[in-house]
Amino acid sequence: MDIGVLLVYGILGLTVIVSAVGLIVSRNALYSALFLVVNFVAVGLLYLALGAPFIAFAQVTVYAGSIMVLFIFVIMLLGAENLMLDEPLRGQRALGILLVVIFLAEIVLYYLLRTTPLQAIPAIPQTFASPAEIGMLLFNRYLLPFEVTAFILLAATVGAILLSKHEGPTRPKPGIQKPETPVEG
Amino acid sequence: MNLSDFILTLPIITLLVWALLLLVVDLWVPKGRKGIVAALAALGLAVTMGVTLSQSGGSGLAFQNMIIVDGFAVYLNVLYLVSGLVVVALSHDYLKRMNLERGEFYPLMFFSIAGMMLVTQAYNLIMVFLALEFLSIPLYVLAGLARERPESEESSLKYFLLGTFSSAFVLYGIALIFGATATTSLALIIERVGQGALNLPLFIAGAALMLVGFAFKLAAVPFHEWAPDVYQGAPTPVSSFMAVAVKAAGVAVLLRVFLTAFPSLAAEMAPLGWGIAALTMLIGNLLAIAQTNLKRLLAYSSISHGGYLLMAFVAYGNPQVAGQAVAAMLFYLLAYTLTTFGAWAVVISVEQNDYQGLELDDYAGLGLKYPWLGVAMLVFMLSLTGIPLTMGFWGKLFLFRATVDAGYVELALIGLLSSLISAYYYLRVVVMMFMRSGEPRIRRDGWLSLVAVGSALAVVGLSLLPNQILQMAAQAILSLQ
Repeated sequence: MDIGVLLVYGILGLTVIVSAVGLIVSRNALYSALFLVVNFVAVGLLYLALGAPFIAFAQVTVYAGSIMVLFIFVIMLLGAENLMLDEPLRGQRALGILLVVIFLAEIVLYYLLRTTPLQAIPAIPQTFASPAEIGMLLFNRYLLPFEVTAFILLAATVGAILLSKHEGPTRPKPGIQKPETPVEG
Repeated sequence: MNLSDFILTLPIITLLVWALLLLVVDLWVPKGRKGIVAALAALGLAVTMGVTLSQSGGSGLAFQNMIIVDGFAVYLNVLYLVSGLVVVALSHDYLKRMNLERGEFYPLMFFSIAGMMLVTQAYNLIMVFLALEFLSIPLYVLAGLARERPESEESSLKYFLLGTFSSAFVLYGIALIFGATATTSLALIIERVGQGALNLPLFIAGAALMLVGFAFKLAAVPFHEWAPDVYQGAPTPVSSFMAVAVKAAGVAVLLRVFLTAFPSLAAEMAPLGWGIAALTMLIGNLLAIAQTNLKRLLAYSSISHGGYLLMAFVAYGNPQVAGQAVAAMLFYLLAYTLTTFGAWAVVISVEQNDYQGLELDDYAGLGLKYPWLGVAMLVFMLSLTGIPLTMGFWGKLFLFRATVDAGYVELALIGLLSSLISAYYYLRVVVMMFMRSGEPRIRRDGWLSLVAVGSALAVVGLSLLPNQILQMAAQAILSLQ
């Protein structure tokens, strides 16, 4: 393999792993969130290197972009930068370690016991998963699901506003006292 | 994409465009005159119903086989739109007096109805999933509309968490079926099954996961735990909407997916369906006996009726009787819709502005003081039990007959037994209304009375021509298989 290719994958892979570990061990939720951004961007670059530009840009804009903004908003609004040291759910650390061990054992067992040798994936056409191809599919075969998704998002937005908007004759604002309270029927 | 796609989806497009207009128009309607929005919403539902009815008799696929229009869908779409109209009548006064009047209420209900129509017409598993989300998300919000009350927030949160949980089951099932057949189109799945080109264990696991997800939406035992809490905490008109329309949509999508794509799995799925139907009928009715709150009582009652509806699913793999069973199910749904909305209308009448008046004791003397309301409630309770001279009787009779014809005599006997159990708690309401003295207080509202008396008349009146209605239902499903 080309040394340059190996170098790129090595650096990207190392970034992904280091940022993932940093995300877990960091005691400050904001740092964890920023590690996650680095992780998402690095994974996005890996997708790009693998020839999947659409997924790469979706990863960066959706995950590293909007979802992370949401995360950071929530962390800052709740003032939850500093995580508590004790676990809210007892035993989840032991359970997590157990699951990781099982997962690793599964991979090793598969590697040892597989009957067919691993094969290289056959080359895919250049246009596969290109943004143009995906756009053609979205606006032709999957037009209706696409439009329904748009309406689902609209319904969720309207619902979120409805549930969070202060609607208020029943709750007078603190500090401002009206001379007479309206009589409720 | 061409003109016929738009003609076939015209009812849904009408409904959604109307919902968008309502959202905008509401901004200019001053507070205190929101009756205008309710009237416009009712008009929109009526117009959509007209467009839907113009499709009856026809059938076809639209948008690259994403959705289908057939008699089954038209029948159920009309049912959803009627439910919507009833909910508008039930909620207008209720929202005003509970200080819950929000212009977004009706558009969100429209979105939910559009989701129900889509899920009934879905002909691709992607559409099934999206439509289920589309029908559920507005309901999560509507359940929490009275957000100053902790009960309403609890209702919304519980419904949201369990609803997303069940959606995950459906989605995982869809993923496995895609893994097994390499397609999500219902038509192509059945084709692949015919060719034998599939991974059978994966296919069965996927179908079973989808069954679990749909059973959650239907509140079938053992996935029913959320229903009483959610119905109790939600604003009462929203509870009635969930009890009727969501249940209908759940049965509709179950039958659509399993009848179209999985008839080959009938041998595996029928025993599962048998168990779920039997448990749902028995446990729903047994738990209802212990309830003293009318909203909880009706919630458990609706769980048990979901069990009766599932009887049609048990027979689905037997082509000789599947059609008959589905026709009986459609008849039962009509009877259930009329009866249940009537009963909820009475509950809303008796409910006080401080959310009191929902206990059984509050109904003492109701039938003596307000004979019209009392007699209407009597009719609904008899119909829910399945006493002759009501639609409920014929609904149960047709369903039991179809179940016996399909060879599931034991299931029909369990249904009969659970109907006997249900008589206890339905008649207890009647005894309370007519044989105890009390000082019941009701809310007088013309629309509520219209729904209560109108559906009582329909429940009795339509029971005089059961065979014609069954015939209509049978014609509706001719093209289903």
